[in-house]
Amino acid sequence: MEEKPIDQEWKKGSAELLLLSLLEALPRHGYEISKLIEQRSHGALRFHAASLYPLLYRLEKRGWIQGRWVEKSGQRRRRYYRLTAEGRKVLASQRQGWQAFVEAINRITGVENA
Amino acid sequence: MPDWNEKVRRQLVDLKLAPGREAEIVEELAQHAEDRYRELKSGGATEVEARRIAIEEIGGHQLLATELRAVERLNAPEPLILGAASRGRLPANLGQDLRYGFRTLRKNPGFTALAILVLALGIGANTAIFSVVNGVLLRPLAFPDPGRLLMIFETTREFSQISVAYPDFLDWRRQSRSFTDMGVFRSDDFNFTGSGEPEHLAGEYVSASLFPVLGVTPLLGRTFLPQEDRQGAGCAVILSYGFWKQRLGADQNILGKGLTLNAASCTVVGILRSDFRFRGNAQIYIPIEHWNSFELHTRETRPGLHVIARLRSGVTIEAAQAEISSICKGLARQYPKTHAGAGATVVRMKDDMVGYIRATLLLLVGAVGFVLIIACANVANLLLARSTARKREFAIRAALGAHRGRIVRQLLTESVLLSLGAAAIGLLLARWGTSLILAAAPESLPRSEEIGIDPYVLLFTLGISVVTGILFGLAPAFQGANANPNVSLKEGTRGAGGGRHRAENVFVSVEIGLAVILLAGAGLMMQSVWRLLRVDPGFNTRSVLTTEVALSPNVMSSPPGIRLAYQQLVARVASVPGVQAAAITSLVPLGEEDSETLFWPGAGPQPPQDRTPLALFFIVTPDYPGVMRIPLRRGRFFTERDSLAASPVVVIDEVMARHVFAGQDPVGRQISIMMLGPVRIVGVVGHVKYWGLDSDDDAKIRDQIYFPLLQVPDQFMSAGVSGLTPVMRTTPEPMTVVSGVRAQVAGPTQDQPIYSIRTMEQIISGSLAERRFTMLVLIIFAAAALLLAAVGIYSVMFYAVSRRTHELGIRVALGASRQEIVRLVLWQGVRLAAIGMSAGLVAALSLTRLIARLLYGVRPADPLTLTSVTLLLGGIALAACYIPARRATSIDPVIALRWE
Repeated sequence: MEEKPIDQEWKKGSAELLLLSLLEALPRHGYEISKLIEQRSHGALRFHAASLYPLLYRLEKRGWIQGRWVEKSGQRRRRYYRLTAEGRKVLASQRQGWQAFVEAINRITGVENA
Repeated sequence: MPDWNEKVRRQLVDLKLAPGREAEIVEELAQHAEDRYRELKSGGATEVEARRIAIEEIGGHQLLATELRAVERLNAPEPLILGAASRGRLPANLGQDLRYGFRTLRKNPGFTALAILVLALGIGANTAIFSVVNGVLLRPLAFPDPGRLLMIFETTREFSQISVAYPDFLDWRRQSRSFTDMGVFRSDDFNFTGSGEPEHLAGEYVSASLFPVLGVTPLLGRTFLPQEDRQGAGCAVILSYGFWKQRLGADQNILGKGLTLNAASCTVVGILRSDFRFRGNAQIYIPIEHWNSFELHTRETRPGLHVIARLRSGVTIEAAQAEISSICKGLARQYPKTHAGAGATVVRMKDDMVGYIRATLLLLVGAVGFVLIIACANVANLLLARSTARKREFAIRAALGAHRGRIVRQLLTESVLLSLGAAAIGLLLARWGTSLILAAAPESLPRSEEIGIDPYVLLFTLGISVVTGILFGLAPAFQGANANPNVSLKEGTRGAGGGRHRAENVFVSVEIGLAVILLAGAGLMMQSVWRLLRVDPGFNTRSVLTTEVALSPNVMSSPPGIRLAYQQLVARVASVPGVQAAAITSLVPLGEEDSETLFWPGAGPQPPQDRTPLALFFIVTPDYPGVMRIPLRRGRFFTERDSLAASPVVVIDEVMARHVFAGQDPVGRQISIMMLGPVRIVGVVGHVKYWGLDSDDDAKIRDQIYFPLLQVPDQFMSAGVSGLTPVMRTTPEPMTVVSGVRAQVAGPTQDQPIYSIRTMEQIISGSLAERRFTMLVLIIFAAAALLLAAVGIYSVMFYAVSRRTHELGIRVALGASRQEIVRLVLWQGVRLAAIGMSAGLVAALSLTRLIARLLYGVRPADPLTLTSVTLLLGGIALAACYIPARRATSIDPVIALRWE
């Protein structure tokens, strides 16, 4: 099968899920989040600042994540985002929805896990 | 290293974020960019390359700004920091509100059209009335510093304002210090010959000081010089712009040329400007000293002279009044025979011109205001009804974080849009309405030529449309903003908030109440006019033609010539086919002029003036009672034999007979008349309601004396009796004989034009013009109010029935009969109407007192009128409720119960 870049629309729809997932374990700042996405997707997914931060602000406004300025000794202060209780619930339900979605697509397109 | 902060900030400029928020975003993104830059460099990129990539990632192609705009727009408004400059979000939001408003209104064309139409009626009517009020009452007179222009009238025991004797004017002018100067004028008619057809001109005799007092400069030439305003000086004339243009072809070389006026040649010295507006429509102005009449230089008569003065700056009108009063006291001491008890009163010129009509116009302003309130209530109800359907929309907006104020503003924007649309149509209606008003307005409406749509009127229209927009939009807006999203979203569109219906009911009741008031006013005016038209004026008004005539200058030179000319005139007019009888009189009943004389019983000397009564004084020819059908009560009327050769005789009316002779037969008795001496009474005729159908009964001077034209002594038979009026009784419609009369009157020399041709019925109707006008306008307003109120109650009941479909369905299912359903719905409507009508009746009881001045033979609280108004409105309200009630009976319970 031919390698294709992951479709822009899929990326957009799943971006929220990605961000929430990355914040599940511990608070992170924006640059860290963008690096993690790039690394863990082996370079297939990349979020530039221009779209990453507006998305973070949007989630924050919805109350799913919360940003806080943290100062560590010897470093400039950075803004760390952590998942709120509500965000945790949303993550769970989105994750579930995503899995159902992927399974449904797979069943139709016949793509089977190896 | 690049200044990342600056690079990020530049991206955000257009977003106009709150300063605090902007700083946070800048800090966070600059850090990111810096980290990225370092990373790229450590990965082997050149400095230039690293910088290019980092910059692109934080916002190439405006991506950051676009993304942020979507997010930050939903941000809470910037916190208010006292003293900080506002960054004004309003214009952006207003644009959004307007766009959204337009879209909403366009989506409901039916609703929008109805609302705009209703409002356009209200706004148009208000604009029309305001343009009249603006032109007549508000606009200052078109003279420099018009506030200091005053009129000065004489006062007597009988008259609170009367014209002035010329010698008195000269004394006032000499003695007073409160005025920069004063001038005098007297309207008269002129016979213009020598340049084509003979023509009658309206003119004014004026003192040379008049134009300077008014502050008027001519278009061409000059105003009068003092030496031109002297007896014996050559006649000078100033022309109105209209006369110069239309009659003389705007001849640029007219100055210094002569015009033949009343057989004398007058030199043109000036042309007035086109915008010069003085009382009446004079075509020419002549110095007053050229008025060739014995009346000019006597204090014994007050022959229609009016005085205008300009108040010196720094002098109050009260001080001027005090000074002129003290001058009059001096004159009264000096001339006790004619001036005992006489004084003077000072009135602002504008008040004198428009004062009497002010109350009527303000009354109409009030009435038309009611129409606008009714229109507003109607549209408010339409909006309320619609807001039910929009409840979900407001709820969603509230759930998305729209503030209450924001929703109120959105709804107010929509209603102001509606009213501005209505204002545009209203202006067109107003233009049309204003010409309608002018057509219906009494001829005497002052300053009517100044009525029109000017910037003030436009401003007024804009003002009331914005105010009305807010007024009728407020209740629905708060209703919409108060929607609880939780309740509304669950409820769907069927739900009913109690408050909304309370507001609807209040609006309908207010509409009906105001309609009651307008109907009551219109009803009372109709009754008054109807009763007045049935008043017997003391003579038969049908088939009587009156006209004025300018005698040929050839006959004006000698008193016997004038006398003969009038005699021949009557004979010639009487010979016109269709004319039954013709006569001449000095005074036409209910006309604009009056003339009184002092008299006393017997042939003795005149008693002191304060004990000498006044009587109306008619100079007539023998057939006058026959033409007017004034009944003869005793003795005889005049014949051709009552001439200068015979002893002087008079006929008096029955009121004077009772008043002076108290039950005794006056025929054969003597009375003395000022300036004429002793005369013998030969007859008594019926009383004529000279002063007006309504006001004659209360007039101070009701005694009437008729004197034969043929006995007028030579010294008075000149200009003093030039303004005599031929009157004739006709067999056909009076106006059909006019051409015959015109031909006969023109005379052998073809130089006696007739003018001011009116039937007696037109004169009577003219005397009621102000009342008729008020009545007509009130009827139109009341009809509009009635229509709007009917539409209002109909639409409220219509929506009420739709709302109750479910409930009514249950009732039908449980066995309610059609009659019961109809009764149920009708009862709801009747209750609303009854509340409105009772409130309206209470208000009408006190408000109709405002038109008491215009009422005749009917009290403001006339039970008949108020009852009929109530019945009429009740009937219409019932009819308006009946259609929705019928609709309710056709509800199918099965469908209604399923209807969610």
